[in-house]
Amino acid sequence: MQIAIASGKGGTGKTTIATNLAYFWQKQMKKKIVLLDCDVEEPNCHLFLKPTWHSSQKATAKIPSINLEQCTYCGKCSDLCQFGAISCLKDNVLVFPELCHSCGGCTLVCPTKAIIEVEKELGEIKIGAQDNLQIIHGYLKIGEPMSPPLIRKVKEQATQEDLIIVDCPPGTSCPVIEALKGSDFVLLITEPTPFGLHDLKLAVEVVRDLKIPFAVGINRSTLGNSALKDYCARENIPIILEIPHERNIAIAYSEGELLLKKFPQYEKNFAPLWSYIQEVISSCKN
Amino acid sequence: MKIAVSTTGESLDSLIDERFGRTSQFLLYDLEKNTYSLFDNKQNRTAPQGAGIQTAQNIINAKADVVITGNVGPKAFRTLNAGKIKVYLATGITVREALEQYKKGLLPEAQDSNVEGHWL
Repeated sequence: MQIAIASGKGGTGKTTIATNLAYFWQKQMKKKIVLLDCDVEEPNCHLFLKPTWHSSQKATAKIPSINLEQCTYCGKCSDLCQFGAISCLKDNVLVFPELCHSCGGCTLVCPTKAIIEVEKELGEIKIGAQDNLQIIHGYLKIGEPMSPPLIRKVKEQATQEDLIIVDCPPGTSCPVIEALKGSDFVLLITEPTPFGLHDLKLAVEVVRDLKIPFAVGINRSTLGNSALKDYCARENIPIILEIPHERNIAIAYSEGELLLKKFPQYEKNFAPLWSYIQEVISSCKN
Repeated sequence: MKIAVSTTGESLDSLIDERFGRTSQFLLYDLEKNTYSLFDNKQNRTAPQGAGIQTAQNIINAKADVVITGNVGPKAFRTLNAGKIKVYLATGITVREALEQYKKGLLPEAQDSNVEGHWL
């Protein structure tokens, strides 16, 4: 089972919720939990969970390399590539690795097998653990503009039998879609600010389009006005988690402390989530 | 010899478009015949990425020898360079003025891209 923690707006508390949920569930249920930190441009779950790292590996993707001796400059590769990553000229073929999505289509259409695939480094995948909680994160190589291939590799590390929590990157674009893929439930984190509401609306459109059941969690819930809750009521979106705006919580966060370890009184906020999510998932399957 | 000029309009008196990959059209001027034609670039204007490369490829296919534009990014420059097309820079003038200045050798030739690539 895969549960994703996502948000339209950055900095709303995805990592706070993902890490605390992972910690709380493994403590309550004595069950192995895999937390996938898919925010590969800025993975930070480990700052709060402080795992012992067991392994680290380079993640690579395949990109085309042209053997000009076999190339007939027919242009089929560049016609096929929707991302403009190959440009076929009259006596040269240019590859732009930073635009390549590693689909392999160019090697398939090449009539003279002049294209071979070579490895390009995407970044690093690290696997660690703390108690029954496994933490897997991807760290995108600096300067690499595309994160979805690395997010895909991070997700390949877990198996479907695991109880998986995915800490998604912020926003609503390709990296988020890649992280959300295969999820049984999405918890959209937001905050009661105009930006929080605006970006929540975008995120709601995305998960509705992906047809994944979802609910909202509000961080710093005691801030602002009622516009966020009014919107959720109007759209029939359940709010299943609220964390108040408290100075002590902010201080603990800034010191890299896990909320529920420091203030176990907030466990009651997280307690109803498991059965709620189970119910939604099983009702969707029926 | 053919010169492709990125332009905002459809005549010799239209202004140069500073953008290369996302210009709406090029005016293709034939220096020997003193005639010109237009070619459309609107498809690349809305491309999510790779507009410069695709536009450069179109310029190569149109058999232009020279490009006059405002700015050219690294990937577009690499593609034009591979197609052995020279790039000259001009802004704030009409296509006619740019062609006159080119003929007199007054336009600077780009030795490399003069702007960064942009990501959406």
